[in-house]
Amino acid sequence: MIRPRAPLATAAAMALGAALLLPGATAAQPLPTQPLPAQPRVDQVLEQSDDQPATAPTEVTTSEAMVRVGPEPDGQPVRIDTTTYVPAGEGPHPAVLATHGFGGSKADLDGLGRRLAAQGYVVLAYSARGFGASGGRIHLADPDFEVADARVLLDELAKRDDVLRDGRGDPRVAAVGASYSGALALMTAATDDRVDTVVAAITWNDLAEAFFPQAARSRGPGPFKQLWASRFFLGSAAQGAATDPVCGRFDREICELFLDASRTGEASDELLGMLAAHSPAPLLGDLRAPTYLVQGLADSLFGTDQSDATAAALTERGTPVAVRWTEGGHDAFATSVLDEAAGLERWLDHYLDPARDPRSGDGSDLPVPPFSYSVPPAPGRERDEPQDFTTPDLPLPTYDEVPLDPEPRPVLNPPGGVPASLTTVPGTGDALVDAVTDAVSTYPLAALPGQSVAFDTEPLESERVLVGAPRVSLSVTSSAPTSTLFLSLWQVTPDDTAVLTRQLVAPVRIATTPGEARTVDVDLAGGTWRVPAGSRLRVLVTTTDQTYASPRAARADVVTVDRLRLPSVAGTPVDGGTGGPDAEVVGLLVALGVLLAASVLVPLVRRRGRATAPDPELADVPLVVEGLVKTYADGHRAVDDVSWTAGRGQVVGLLGPNGAGKTTTLRMAMGLIRPDSGRVHVLGEQVHPGSPVLARVGALVEGPGFLPHLTGRQNLHAYWAATGRPEEEARFEEVLEVAALGGAVERPVRTYSQGMRQRLGIAQAMLGFPEVLVLDEPTNGLDPPQIAGLRPILQRYAAAGRTVIVSSHLLAEVEMTCSHVVVMHAGRVVVTGTVAELVDSAGTTLLTLGPGSDPDTVADVVRRQPGVSEVEVLPEEEAEGATEPVGPRLVVTAELPRAEVVRLVAGSGADLVAVSSRRQLEEVFLGVIAEASGTDPDLRQVRAR
Amino acid sequence: MSTPTPIPTAAPAATRLPGRPLTLSAETGRQLRRRRTLWTFGLLLALPLIIVGAFALGDGDGGGGDDRFVDLATSGAANFAVFTTAVSASFLLLVVAALFVGDSLPSEASWSTLRYLLVAPVPRSRLLATKLVIGLVSTALAVVVLIGWSLLVGLVFYGADAFTGLDGSTLEWGTFAGRIALIAAYLVVILLPVGAIAFCLGVRTDAPLAAVGGAVLVTIVSAILDQIENLGSLRNALPLHDASAWFGLLRQDVVWDDLVDGTLWSLVYAVGFTALGFVLFARKDVLS
Repeated sequence: MIRPRAPLATAAAMALGAALLLPGATAAQPLPTQPLPAQPRVDQVLEQSDDQPATAPTEVTTSEAMVRVGPEPDGQPVRIDTTTYVPAGEGPHPAVLATHGFGGSKADLDGLGRRLAAQGYVVLAYSARGFGASGGRIHLADPDFEVADARVLLDELAKRDDVLRDGRGDPRVAAVGASYSGALALMTAATDDRVDTVVAAITWNDLAEAFFPQAARSRGPGPFKQLWASRFFLGSAAQGAATDPVCGRFDREICELFLDASRTGEASDELLGMLAAHSPAPLLGDLRAPTYLVQGLADSLFGTDQSDATAAALTERGTPVAVRWTEGGHDAFATSVLDEAAGLERWLDHYLDPARDPRSGDGSDLPVPPFSYSVPPAPGRERDEPQDFTTPDLPLPTYDEVPLDPEPRPVLNPPGGVPASLTTVPGTGDALVDAVTDAVSTYPLAALPGQSVAFDTEPLESERVLVGAPRVSLSVTSSAPTSTLFLSLWQVTPDDTAVLTRQLVAPVRIATTPGEARTVDVDLAGGTWRVPAGSRLRVLVTTTDQTYASPRAARADVVTVDRLRLPSVAGTPVDGGTGGPDAEVVGLLVALGVLLAASVLVPLVRRRGRATAPDPELADVPLVVEGLVKTYADGHRAVDDVSWTAGRGQVVGLLGPNGAGKTTTLRMAMGLIRPDSGRVHVLGEQVHPGSPVLARVGALVEGPGFLPHLTGRQNLHAYWAATGRPEEEARFEEVLEVAALGGAVERPVRTYSQGMRQRLGIAQAMLGFPEVLVLDEPTNGLDPPQIAGLRPILQRYAAAGRTVIVSSHLLAEVEMTCSHVVVMHAGRVVVTGTVAELVDSAGTTLLTLGPGSDPDTVADVVRRQPGVSEVEVLPEEEAEGATEPVGPRLVVTAELPRAEVVRLVAGSGADLVAVSSRRQLEEVFLGVIAEASGTDPDLRQVRAR
Repeated sequence: MSTPTPIPTAAPAATRLPGRPLTLSAETGRQLRRRRTLWTFGLLLALPLIIVGAFALGDGDGGGGDDRFVDLATSGAANFAVFTTAVSASFLLLVVAALFVGDSLPSEASWSTLRYLLVAPVPRSRLLATKLVIGLVSTALAVVVLIGWSLLVGLVFYGADAFTGLDGSTLEWGTFAGRIALIAAYLVVILLPVGAIAFCLGVRTDAPLAAVGGAVLVTIVSAILDQIENLGSLRNALPLHDASAWFGLLRQDVVWDDLVDGTLWSLVYAVGFTALGFVLFARKDVLS
């Protein structure tokens, strides 16, 4: 239901927001254009929030009906708009009669109706007289109208076949309601003993006391609770469709009484009489049904004093009664008071149980604790949850007196009663304003200078939990015959922040003789507090309060407050609440435990699964690469089924153009890259990342790497330190000779040239003289003498029974250095074997002709000779990489002695320049690669991906 | 070079590593002389002196304003140390933690030394464990050095007055000593997730800056989310949500709840990201 906005409340909220957010802001703020928060409702939503288990709509059937009830005083007939929620199943079912809060309609009860119907109750929800689609006017819980209507509806329930009956015309029924309907429930049950139990939340005992509260132990009504009276008014006006623009659907008589009170701020006897009569209080002597009273602690409309009075009357009468003080109330917008913790269902199930004798029960079998209450967290600890307590009976608090500073102090009531202290800030429903009021202390708005005085205790020595209404003695010497004062109890934290836990004040209006002191006892607003050790309590006395109609006449009082009496009861914390460690901490501990356990266990399991036994057959083979395949994440297959072996004493050249997969193969051999398939064995042990056997391998892979801030020598030491092996195994001096860096070993590596770094890298690979030495492009950056110097070093190294693996794209270098060669191309091995096998061939002679010769003529001649099987022509321009022009060459394959071949060629008239017994590795290389790729490879291109 | 001595024909079985690879002292040697280490500690040592200088410079011509905080900071060694810690904890120490824990692995990668460590061989988990421990110890040391040095500097310049809170309450030295030790411990705990995130990023990248900057970026995003009230209690789960809870240790009655929450969340994040780092690195193809 959409409610029209309340201009007053909106303005008030805006003023508050402006006061808090923009100190000194003027009233000339532009009106906001966005939707404003809904007017806080006088009623309280009974409906449960979404955390209730969803009920399938098919389980509950509803029917609507207009029920004729008694006419208005002027004879106008009235019909009440009802909805009945019927549970699935045959029945008969116990029933629940419920209506809504002030300003609402039966639509508010849809959630509750479905929730209870799903639990097996027939729920009759209706719009009260004067609200929603029901006819008539609002008589404000008049026993002759609203209460009589409820009795008619009980008749309706009794007529239903699906409703359980205790007797003829007597349904088994509970009256349930909050706020307006809570009082109606109590009054209905008190005037009709067909009602078997009552649940009444945040409602009044005596409406006269609620609107003219008097906290002093003194006669006479207190000041008028103007703010809430206005809200009732607006709630009525919101019903619309009224002939009277001011009173809306309010009964004219009641409306006039309220308007009078608002004009004068005084309670007329008529009004007081009417309000008292429209209350449960005078009827409670007849209420026999077990009653559950739920009162909100954040409620400046109906305080805990109201439910206490009802409970006291019922206890005296012997009616079973339970009381719950809960978070929420009329100040806390949109909180549900009949929530899970309240145990509404438990209560109804107990007292409406078909097996139960409706007349039994003396209060000893209450289904909920006789008294349960919520204690808020201490100020500054708002993150904590409130804590629930229960007591085994309905206790009276015990009081403990704490002295206050009794110095009398003056206080003024300003002329006109403005500005008014803003002590009570009922929830606005606007998250922003509420957040601001939560974050900023409202103390400066409440304790206006000159209009307020504060009386503090000493800091408390230990934490106190207060439950009940604290009391003080108030002495007033006034300049006027009547003094109106407002008392509130604040907590002052050690850092001097004053906090009003529930924004409640106790109004006092006492007759005084001017110039004479009068002392009265005052009950402060009841509730619960948690006051930590070190905090002080402060009683603030103000002459004005925005919630109330303050006297307009100026007045000077001298005030003393003393003998603060703090209430407490012996409650037991509800377990599962915040008494133990909170859920967040428990959850985190569990998460931490799981993470730690997984971190420890998973590697253990994985390690066990990875262990492979050494292969004894390969124990003496330095390096075996079998079927290696590696495809990178981008889909590039860098290595495709590569297998080769390096034996002891061999210098193996790994040869191939750029991108052939040489480095990737070596990285897999070192355990740096995980192969997709295939295995690498070093000296019989399978290599995986970090294999111990890698200690027997020295490597230079794709350029050296050093700590730039350390010197060459320090780098070698740091590297050896990382292996964790003894210093003496490293043989630093011998290795440094290989590097031949001279004095530069004492300089930081960042000053080195590329060649120096390369030599140091080779030296590092040789540290400890590993059995397998892997050098990837070792000649990079070296000058020709250094390259020449490296050659014998590697050959001697291998000659001692070790193995050297050199990858290179420099064919001549490999040819001169290596004993064996593995040629790779496009990720595959194309040829393996000894260098000699590849380049040497007894029947082949290589003849170089002078530049400019015509090789084809010569070739034709030679080819015709007997014994010559093949003549291949290598044209002039194919001689790549030569520094000076090289003539065309002939490769002659013949069964003749080489001298004969030379003679043949020379005899053909060729311009013979050189003769070689073997081919260059280069030719072999180009040949095999051409063969492997099936076409003439363009080796200048990096292999396409 | 002389001809290497022939190897023994029966090579020793190599199923076990011949030594203890990359010990803590070996790793310390790798990190200690690095400029980033020296500069960071130099900055931490200079900071209290810079603050003293700033206070001296700003003396007298602040034009009113809120002098209370500064007055308190200069009231004694204890307050000065707390002030220095407070101004460093929000950002400087985060960067230090990200640097010390996050940069050591990608640095090795960027120097190309990572692959040599791995084929030395240092098992990958061992490598990470050593780097993590040294990184965390360095971070803890940075916190201790900052606080200890601030106390010393404060003692020299502002005397030995006991700690005074903003509310005027005081903590005697006996109490304060324990509290400042707890503060240091809590700060280290709060820095753990930052280090762990940097560590985890460092496993994925070869650029030290990416790891350190990434972790700092995560803390900034987290701080921004922390400002969004609508997230409600979800914000409790943000790393560094309770980073300021150590102020609760300076009250007469310590407020433990936030400290416990902060500690547990930090440990969860730290363990989670560290474990993730180990998992990722174990599977990684080292191409650097």
